[in-house]
Amino acid sequence: MESNLKPISSEPEEEILRILIADDNDSDRLILQTIVRKEGHTVYTACDGQEAIDAFKKLSPDLILLDALMPNVDGFQAAREIRELAGENLVPIIFLTSLKDAASLADCLDAGGHDFLSKPYNRIILKAKIQAFARMRRLHETVQAQRDEIVKHNDHLVHEQQLAKVVFDNIAHSGCVDAPNIKYLLSPMAVFNGDLVLAARKPSGGMYVFLGDFTGHGLPAAIGAMPVSEIFYGMANKGFSLQDILQEINTKLKRILPVGVFCCACLVDFSFRNETAEFWLGGLPDVFVYRDGSAIEHFASQHLPLGVLAGDKFSTETRLIPMARDDRFYMWSDGILEEVNEKEEMFGEDGVLKVFDRNSDPRLFFGELIAAVAEYTNHAEQDDDHTIVEAIMVAEEELGEYFSDQDSRSLIGGPPDWSLSYRLRPLTLKEFNPLPLLTHLLMEVPGLRPHSGKIYTILAELYSNALEHGVLGLESDLKSTPAGFAEYYLQRTSRLDGLAEGAVIFHLDHKPIENGGRLTIQVEDTGPGFDHGEKDDGHKTAGYCGRGIPLISSMCESVRYLGNGNQVEVVFAWSFDS
Amino acid sequence: MAIWSSEGSAGELTIKIQGRFDFSAHQEFRDAYEKSSDDPKGYVVDMKETTYLDSSALGMLLLLRDHAGGDNSSIAIINCNPDVKKILTISNFEQLFEIK
Repeated sequence: MESNLKPISSEPEEEILRILIADDNDSDRLILQTIVRKEGHTVYTACDGQEAIDAFKKLSPDLILLDALMPNVDGFQAAREIRELAGENLVPIIFLTSLKDAASLADCLDAGGHDFLSKPYNRIILKAKIQAFARMRRLHETVQAQRDEIVKHNDHLVHEQQLAKVVFDNIAHSGCVDAPNIKYLLSPMAVFNGDLVLAARKPSGGMYVFLGDFTGHGLPAAIGAMPVSEIFYGMANKGFSLQDILQEINTKLKRILPVGVFCCACLVDFSFRNETAEFWLGGLPDVFVYRDGSAIEHFASQHLPLGVLAGDKFSTETRLIPMARDDRFYMWSDGILEEVNEKEEMFGEDGVLKVFDRNSDPRLFFGELIAAVAEYTNHAEQDDDHTIVEAIMVAEEELGEYFSDQDSRSLIGGPPDWSLSYRLRPLTLKEFNPLPLLTHLLMEVPGLRPHSGKIYTILAELYSNALEHGVLGLESDLKSTPAGFAEYYLQRTSRLDGLAEGAVIFHLDHKPIENGGRLTIQVEDTGPGFDHGEKDDGHKTAGYCGRGIPLISSMCESVRYLGNGNQVEVVFAWSFDS
Repeated sequence: MAIWSSEGSAGELTIKIQGRFDFSAHQEFRDAYEKSSDDPKGYVVDMKETTYLDSSALGMLLLLRDHAGGDNSSIAIINCNPDVKKILTISNFEQLFEIK
């Protein structure tokens, strides 16, 4: 934010003011008017209090010289009204008086005068007073302008933060945090929240729920939440594993956060079908599981927070626990457990267990807990962001309605039904590895992501067979001795370098089936093929070769050779359950 | 892809493979055990940073096994990620190597 606050201006030697003189005595007024005018100021005059008030309304002078005793409305009354009219602007009022007793002089100031000047006037004192009040007036104006500036900036800042928060909330709290089996409380102590609750449904069914607590609170803490939620939703929707997501978030945070800023977190993978919860917990308080309305278990953090350890030291080891129907999983940021009562004692896990002891209906536990914390702190201002999440193990059908609009099982959000042919000619075969590209393309199919390892292996084995045996004409028998093994790969390199014709063609075909899909991969080469009658019966695994096809067979529904053996077709059937 | 080898205090040779372990690693992998001067007491293949393994890599592991004395060899494959481990298991390599 740029500051437009101006420094208090250095005062010009003699400021020209517009001065109102109110005196019922014509000669006094005339004398004063003459003196003041000689100093270079502009003078307005009034003959009584009422005229002074009217003149003030009309002319808003910079300074007023006001006779105390006047007919009609006297000086005291006029001073009060003028101060009222001036509002927060400073209009110095100097009383003109022939009164000498202390009480009368004090009355002048009580009525709202800033000073008094005794008759007869001393020209030097009058001049000095006018200049002194001119300075005071300028000071007042400066302070006022600065205050207005600060108010404006603050309004602007709050407005900006509120706008940013809308964007932030849209990013951070999208997903399915409002699913019927999730309850959460996010209570930030500033506009922005350093705590983060995310939930996403997995393409394979099940649900990821994430709670993060960044060091600190407010805007600096909230900024880290943006990449976390982007990664979380991006990867969760594509079906990445819990481990992959954690690894990615950790790597990102390690890279972007300054040392000393990190994110305590819990990521849970709820499988409604298997009735399990797999979770990773780093740096947050123990998570609790309220079982069967009767028992409570807790599990301690095993890991450092996210964003602390570099990639190779970071562990994604998780714990897998059974969760029966209606079991409740609780996680929270430390803010809520560290709230203190009047004796500075923390609510803590004991507080949670006390609420549990009193609880008779698990459905009310969440609300009772929040009420208990509020009561414990006697509803004092919270010291940190408060976040608590309850996730209930339900039957998947119970969520059906909530997800019906965005049901990922209908394969919305990616291409489920398509085919393609991809012909790789010599220049490409020499220079380019097509496997990452093809794998990437296949991973766009919703739900296929968890199978990426297998699919890569299948593509890689089929491709090297087609290229090496088909196009390059290398014999696998060569690989039966150590020397031959080396020779094989030497020949592979030299033959590929000299390759002038030939091609490998991939035909990929994906069709959705109920609860999954069927991927057919055909790989064809321009080689002479081989007699595959024998291969179909019993694959030869001897020496240092021949392990590719058995590897594929173990992963696929079927593997068969077509044509004259220069074509192989593999069917990979997958379901959301596996 | 990169391969390092180092000799340990117990006289074993550790070979580390980083990245994809496939046919392109063949020469380097062979160098890693053939160029060691002494006869190591055993071999450790550290796959901590190995992201992927193809069937030719299985062949290379078998080459190492024969080099190390076949059935009398002592080779441990350690720190495999789940994908790598799955491929080793499918090929029944745990019968030939100590997989940890």
